Amino acid sequence: MVAESSSKLISVTLRVWRQAGPGQAGKFVEYQAANLNPNMSLLEMLDVVNDDLERKGEDPIAFAHDCREGICGTCSLVIDGKPHGPHRGIASCQTYMRSFADGATITIEPFRAKPFPVIKDLISDRSAFDKIQQAGGFITARTGSACDANAIPVPKGAADLAMDAAQCIGCGACVAACKNASAMLFVAAKVSHLGLLPQGQAERDRRVLSMVKTMDEAGFGNCSNQYECSAACPKLISHDFIARMNRDYLGAVVRSAFQPESQAAGGGGA
Amino acid sequence: MAKLESKIPSGPLADKWRKHKAEIKLVNPANKRKYEIIVVGAGLAGSSAAATLGELGYKVKCIVFHDSPRRAHSIAAQGGINAAKNYQNDGDSVYRLFYDTIKGGDYRAREANVHRLAEVSVNIIDQCVAQGVPFAREYGGLLANRSFGGAQVSRTFYARGQTGQQLLLGAYSALSRTVGQGLVQLVTQHEMVDLVIVNGHAKGVITRDLVTGKLVRHSADAVILATGGYGNVFNLSTYARGSNATAIWRAYKRGACFGNPCFTQIHPTCIPVSGDYQSKLTLMSESLRNDGRIWVPKKKEDCKKDPNTIPEEDRDYYLERIYPSFGNLAPRDVSSRAAKRMCDEGRGVGETGLGVYLDLSDAIKRLTEAGVRERYGNLFDIYHEITNENAYKTPMRIYPAVHYTMGGLWVDYNLMSNVPGLFVLGEANFSDHGANRLGASALMQGLADGYFVIPYTIGDYLAGQKPNAKPSTEAAEFKQAEENVAAIVKRLMSAKGKEPVNHFHKRLGQLMWTYCGMARTKEGLEKALQEIPKLREEFWANVNVPGSADNMNQALERAGRVADFMELGELMCRDALTREESCGGHFREEYQYPDGECKRDDEKFGHVAAWEYQGEGQTPLRNVETLAYEFVKMSVRSYK
Repeated sequence: MVAESSSKLISVTLRVWRQAGPGQAGKFVEYQAANLNPNMSLLEMLDVVNDDLERKGEDPIAFAHDCREGICGTCSLVIDGKPHGPHRGIASCQTYMRSFADGATITIEPFRAKPFPVIKDLISDRSAFDKIQQAGGFITARTGSACDANAIPVPKGAADLAMDAAQCIGCGACVAACKNASAMLFVAAKVSHLGLLPQGQAERDRRVLSMVKTMDEAGFGNCSNQYECSAACPKLISHDFIARMNRDYLGAVVRSAFQPESQAAGGGGA
Repeated sequence: MAKLESKIPSGPLADKWRKHKAEIKLVNPANKRKYEIIVVGAGLAGSSAAATLGELGYKVKCIVFHDSPRRAHSIAAQGGINAAKNYQNDGDSVYRLFYDTIKGGDYRAREANVHRLAEVSVNIIDQCVAQGVPFAREYGGLLANRSFGGAQVSRTFYARGQTGQQLLLGAYSALSRTVGQGLVQLVTQHEMVDLVIVNGHAKGVITRDLVTGKLVRHSADAVILATGGYGNVFNLSTYARGSNATAIWRAYKRGACFGNPCFTQIHPTCIPVSGDYQSKLTLMSESLRNDGRIWVPKKKEDCKKDPNTIPEEDRDYYLERIYPSFGNLAPRDVSSRAAKRMCDEGRGVGETGLGVYLDLSDAIKRLTEAGVRERYGNLFDIYHEITNENAYKTPMRIYPAVHYTMGGLWVDYNLMSNVPGLFVLGEANFSDHGANRLGASALMQGLADGYFVIPYTIGDYLAGQKPNAKPSTEAAEFKQAEENVAAIVKRLMSAKGKEPVNHFHKRLGQLMWTYCGMARTKEGLEKALQEIPKLREEFWANVNVPGSADNMNQALERAGRVADFMELGELMCRDALTREESCGGHFREEYQYPDGECKRDDEKFGHVAAWEYQGEGQTPLRNVETLAYEFVKMSVRSYK
């Protein structure tokens, strides 16, 4: 089932960030990777390097990966200074060795940001994203309580735009690309996805207020409108959603100032 | 010998689930918080179950090996989810979805389970839309549909080519909400490495903290496994690299029966293998078969030519030729074998000769390139990234690859295994797809199990358990299980051989693909049953797992999973060998009709084989659950 490829093999030098554990000092270590088929992915190249390290009894390079088709959001490499590497609109796992010249030196680092501490080598802890989702990234719809799916028509334009935002894979490249370590593209994508749909209106204000609050508390920075986030996003999610979130946020702040929540507690019933 | 009671309710097919729900025991709302449930896995089945059980008031702990529940491999499902909504007015109904699924599964699934699946399919779509899943819509604002293999109606709901992603993010949002509310405790980066059984009941698990290496004991009143399928036993598959069988395999070794392990699905439309460094195969969604036409050259000498230069009359649209009524939408097993036959005849295309064309040029003529891009743009992009070819200009090359496992832990109608208190959901169980799963049915089953089945059926078990009575993690059973895991880890770490884990995984995968893949024979399976134990012995003697066990060690994680695959692979071959018939994805060359179609033997094999572990080095016991077909006549599947 395996055939030799006719493509010319290449060799590269790797400079890889190695860090034994959280809070420990790390450093770049050089590795040689020779005779690589240009059609292999960057992660497959790391597999080959790791197999050699394991053969020698050395600790393999830890890197996060899973689906290897650009949808799970696990892989998270800064390749030659760019989150997810040289090409736009793809994840690290979709970077192929044909993107690099024979003899090139490739620098590989983890996603770095204060709210994303490094766990080991190329793996950083992105659980702050889950915290933000838990604060409000949902529509409350108890299982079993939904009306018929066609009961509420959703204009195609709104559904398509919601889908554009909903494609976010939660990888964190937007944060890694931003000099302020801002998570606003990530948060804006979720706020916009749900806020564009009629089903998401009831919690629209609460959602944006509480997600933004949690985002700030986690230590993510602010947006200064340079849009490195969109450029690094593997799903090319537009920075227009950040503007949409800012409008939502402002509206929610104003409304919450003038329409305080009811003070009445729920009654106990008969 | 294990007691296999399917617990299928009596009465007419369409009433069974309703009647069962009315009759099973309930746990009152104030008592629910006194029961703790462990859910392992947070794909569609796990996250929907954890969220719903949390909402109901149970104490839920959801354990995942990923860094976030949103990473589970359900996220990669592309094409869609089936539901019997009949929004297209094309004659669909619950019965028709039931019938298509039973027939698609080649009459090796339980009627009652499949009917329930079809019934709740409509609730799933309602639930997902309410959560904000952005399904494709028509200009009028109503939901759009497309067709999938094995069906003659359009019942598949979709969100571009990322339906699994959107459904998982929907379930993840529900899970996140319950975590935020304190209803569910989320434990990430912990891998389940053993099941703890106390007085014959599943009452906890042991996990390994993947960051610190610590073994942790978790006790509960019931355990739910929603840990996915085991296709990575083949090494190369469309599964995520991390997908593994360790949770279900270690539960098997604690007494849970393994149902139909040999039933694996080989998906017809994947990007062909290109080199020996390859780590995974990528699917091109079956939805492409709605508009794509599959062909190979009629003449062998044309195989290496540029496909655009091969005239229409020299192309063999073999699915349309052999299966005129289903054409390019023949079920997966049928389409995969047809592709293999074409390549075996020497008419395969591409560098390796193991490929067929999936051609969308007619659709581009009909819908324009922009129209095709709107439906399938992300798939064309994926194809381009991997192959560096533009499929708008030249047809895609595809070949079958391992994609799904219909087999899994045996469960009864309540989704409980033969070990009381151990429930198994989604791909990890064996229950609904028989010997072949239809496209867009995996998402349906995962969410059906999690949202609409387990929330009812687990109450029936818990109502019989004392509240606030989960065992202490200091109990001897927990200690024993932890010691068992520590011994496995120690053995892996101390082998200090010469080869990396991947070396063994690749060799196991080659054995499995050769002897237990798309076509199987008695001789081949017997050979595999000799080779796999030898390979396993070599693995334990010669694997090298560097580093230490008390911090993050990815080599150790892989080693533990591959060790389990080595044992599971053997069981799959044993199951394939003893099932002396062909059905669905299980094709034994000895049992076929002259035209190459599956020859079932309903008399001898109209049953589920549920294997029971008998201890290290012992041949497992083959238990049988007879499939009683009361409503549908088992007949020869025809898609012609």
